Amino acid sequence: MSHHTTDYIGKPTNRVDGPAKVAGTAKYAAEFNVPNLLYGYVVSSPIAKGKITKIDAAPVLALPGVHQVFSHENVPSLAWLDRSYKDDVAPGGSPFRPLHDAEIKFSLQPVALVVADTFELARYAASILHIEYEEVAHETELAKHLDEAYEPGRGKTGYKPPKSRGNFGKGWKEGVAHMEAQYSHHAQHHNPMEMFASTVEWLGDKNLNIYDKTQGAFNSQQYVMKIFGLSKDQARVISKYTGGGFGSGLRPQYQLFLAVLASLELQRSVRVSLTREQMFSFGHRPETLQHVALATAADGSLTGINHVAVAETSQFEDFTENVVGWSGTLYDCQNVELGYRLSKLDVFSPLDMRAPGAASGSIALEIAMDEMAYAAGLDPLEFRIRNYSDFDQAQNLPYSSKALRKCYAEGAAKFGWEKRTAEPGSMKDGNLLVGWGMGGGIWDASKMPATVKASLDADGHLTVSSGTNDIGTGTYTIMTQIAAQSMGLPLEAVTFVLGDTTLPQSPLQGGSWTAASVGNSVVEACSKLGEALLKQAQQMDHPAFKDAKIEDVEFANGQLRLRADDTQAVVLRDLVQASGEPKIEAENSTVLAKLEMLKPPKYSMHAHNAVFVEVKVDPELMTVHVTRVVNAVAAGRILNPKTARSQVLGSVVWGISSALMEESVMDHRFGRYMNHNYAEYHVPVNADIHDIDVVFVSEEDDKVNPLGVKGLGEVGLLGVAAAVANAIYHATGKRVRDLPVTIDKLL
Amino acid sequence: MSHVTQAPLGRPPVALAPTQTVRLNINGQAHTLQIAPWTTLLDALREYLDLTGTKKGCDHGQCGACTVLVDGKRINSCLSLAVMHEDSHIQTIEGLGTEDKLSPLQQAFIDHDAFQCGYCTPGQICSAQGLLNEGKAKTEAQVRELMSGNVCRCGAYSNILSAVMEVLNNEGLLIEDNAWSAGAANQDMPPVEPPKK
Repeated sequence: MSHHTTDYIGKPTNRVDGPAKVAGTAKYAAEFNVPNLLYGYVVSSPIAKGKITKIDAAPVLALPGVHQVFSHENVPSLAWLDRSYKDDVAPGGSPFRPLHDAEIKFSLQPVALVVADTFELARYAASILHIEYEEVAHETELAKHLDEAYEPGRGKTGYKPPKSRGNFGKGWKEGVAHMEAQYSHHAQHHNPMEMFASTVEWLGDKNLNIYDKTQGAFNSQQYVMKIFGLSKDQARVISKYTGGGFGSGLRPQYQLFLAVLASLELQRSVRVSLTREQMFSFGHRPETLQHVALATAADGSLTGINHVAVAETSQFEDFTENVVGWSGTLYDCQNVELGYRLSKLDVFSPLDMRAPGAASGSIALEIAMDEMAYAAGLDPLEFRIRNYSDFDQAQNLPYSSKALRKCYAEGAAKFGWEKRTAEPGSMKDGNLLVGWGMGGGIWDASKMPATVKASLDADGHLTVSSGTNDIGTGTYTIMTQIAAQSMGLPLEAVTFVLGDTTLPQSPLQGGSWTAASVGNSVVEACSKLGEALLKQAQQMDHPAFKDAKIEDVEFANGQLRLRADDTQAVVLRDLVQASGEPKIEAENSTVLAKLEMLKPPKYSMHAHNAVFVEVKVDPELMTVHVTRVVNAVAAGRILNPKTARSQVLGSVVWGISSALMEESVMDHRFGRYMNHNYAEYHVPVNADIHDIDVVFVSEEDDKVNPLGVKGLGEVGLLGVAAAVANAIYHATGKRVRDLPVTIDKLL
Repeated sequence: MSHVTQAPLGRPPVALAPTQTVRLNINGQAHTLQIAPWTTLLDALREYLDLTGTKKGCDHGQCGACTVLVDGKRINSCLSLAVMHEDSHIQTIEGLGTEDKLSPLQQAFIDHDAFQCGYCTPGQICSAQGLLNEGKAKTEAQVRELMSGNVCRCGAYSNILSAVMEVLNNEGLLIEDNAWSAGAANQDMPPVEPPKK
């Protein structure tokens, strides 16, 4: 095909939503200032466990401008069954129901919603609401409850119980070098910049426009439909811009429930925004304790891998993630023993957070691999290459493609890894200790059924729509590129619309699957539109197209034309005008995609990365600076190297954050995360971030999906935190296995 | 078992503060609001004037998403009451440029992909404009330091740096030509995204 001017796939196109974002016109959930809006302010529980014994709302209700105080005492009768409260990604168990009863299950639990005319008044009124509690002893310390840990059942969708193979005990004995260690990291909270908010616009007769912060408009819609008994038409959820998600928007958060409740009860438009403190009152990456033991033969090949993790969950749900499974895939080894257990604490249920499970598991596995390399007397990169997996032993499947070797080679070359001297403390820059460490990881290349509509209007403008999301990932942009290329139109002639439940249904944005799921569906929808346009050309008695089949024609320069003779062409907008309809449109079918999901996979489909990190450590103060990072990623076809690079840059920042700064510090006396603000929950700022180089190695894959994309949201994060910890070991000789590596652990 | 009381008030709530007239000059336009004196400048912009380009990320002066320019200086509008700014010239992201007529910083942020979710972006750009106005930052290290009051959870810092450096460079505000190395993995390597002259 000769699509010279419209070959957009793979080009570093600027974000199409860029102008709206830099001009401040992009509207986020709390920014729809609909008329006659009321404001709800959430009151949070000061205790972690117990019950509410008294709520004295009368003085608050007496304030002029306060409309209602909602609590368990006056919530109307709602859906009764647990399943009505289960969203698309709810783990097993019994979902938390806001304002359901007097019981307190976790600190900062929402106990009341004060609704008033203004935000200022609602906030003030909430601050004086008198509530009394009976507190009972809570348990929030994972280390004290390891004995009670249990193997979870099936857990949530996507969770695969880890599968052991071979005989680890035998492999351990066969080994000539060994390592065994415990690793831990604390809870982390997603903390997207935009705080959770829902603006519910009351349109009369229970018809609502719900502007929600979410990673899946349809997930929010289903949730409120089931709980409040609303129809699809009544509960329209809109989410055009999402100020960061990282997993926090996968499940509907409680402000959605509260805002819809208040709107329906008061028959008014209501906005509920959470505070930054309240952003620490729901899902988080669970604190996880891990044990890894590795053994190698004399040639450095792994003879045994043992990886066991114990993670926290809530009293009411079994949150599961794939923490240890990756250790049975990433390296070649016959004897693998894996274990994963949960322990129930008085906290809110954990929640998927960027590269859920893998980010945690790779911390332990990739530090352990570094320790094993030292124990075996091998360079950490050479050690990984010697244990390269060319076949997925865990799934017993060949890889659809795997360019991790290229990641190792190109990443190492760009970083200058061959100049590394192995001895800890052997590299210096003036008086600073220099450390070079590496790591890497693996993430699923998934694809979900997604529906897309492609619609060409009489002006020749193509609108492609799907109820997916763009949490900053670049969905708007890459889908516009794919659609423009598919129909041979300039980018300006294409608009991609998302984030609305009136659009064709799409899965929520997570798991790095949007590019593959929605992207391939855009191609399919455009292809169907192409067929419809050809049909229209044939109805117009255009002689050149009379007997043409779809493979005989192409779309270029805003025209439908014959491949064999591109002078035989008809302008697309003329086709629409001749049809007598305002537009010609087509939607892809998800039947095949759904069938595909039921069939056992033929290939192991994964993205991989290798990351190389330099740290410089002050030998007296033990301050650590990550001065250089090279992250080499194999993720199939890169649709837009500019937005793709940004995703990996962000992942590196997350990895550095996880390694050095980020932790939700629980004060077990109160059962509460105490650093619930941006000043004390440390994340990197600009001055913390230095040179980051992103390398996308070429990886062609015609098996993973037609576009050959694997997704990029998570893979870049893997191994970064471990690589930083490994670099710190190389610089200082200190092996810190409890992340984050703060100064006190190095002194 | 212990008894916990939230908001222990031994007296009825105090009377609410009456609203008052507040006049603000925002992006060259005069606005008159009838608001309670405890209304922050941030909430006045977002909730009363529909100027929602200014973002709320923490409401505690910790994240910088609410950065606006007051008489050319960058401030956290969440830490300031609207009533304190009756005599000020307030500039928000909406006043720096529009989608059709972007400011050099806004364009540079797009070209360098200096954002992902876009939520911290107006604050970053206002902060960068404040940095330009201050005229202190001459090197990459200084820009990094002086842009560190604005958190970007998506981690777009390298690209934010590139965008700001390009504008500084184009305005001839850099101290030396080789102050630029954004994106380079080591000193021998050329920058990934050199400034556009």
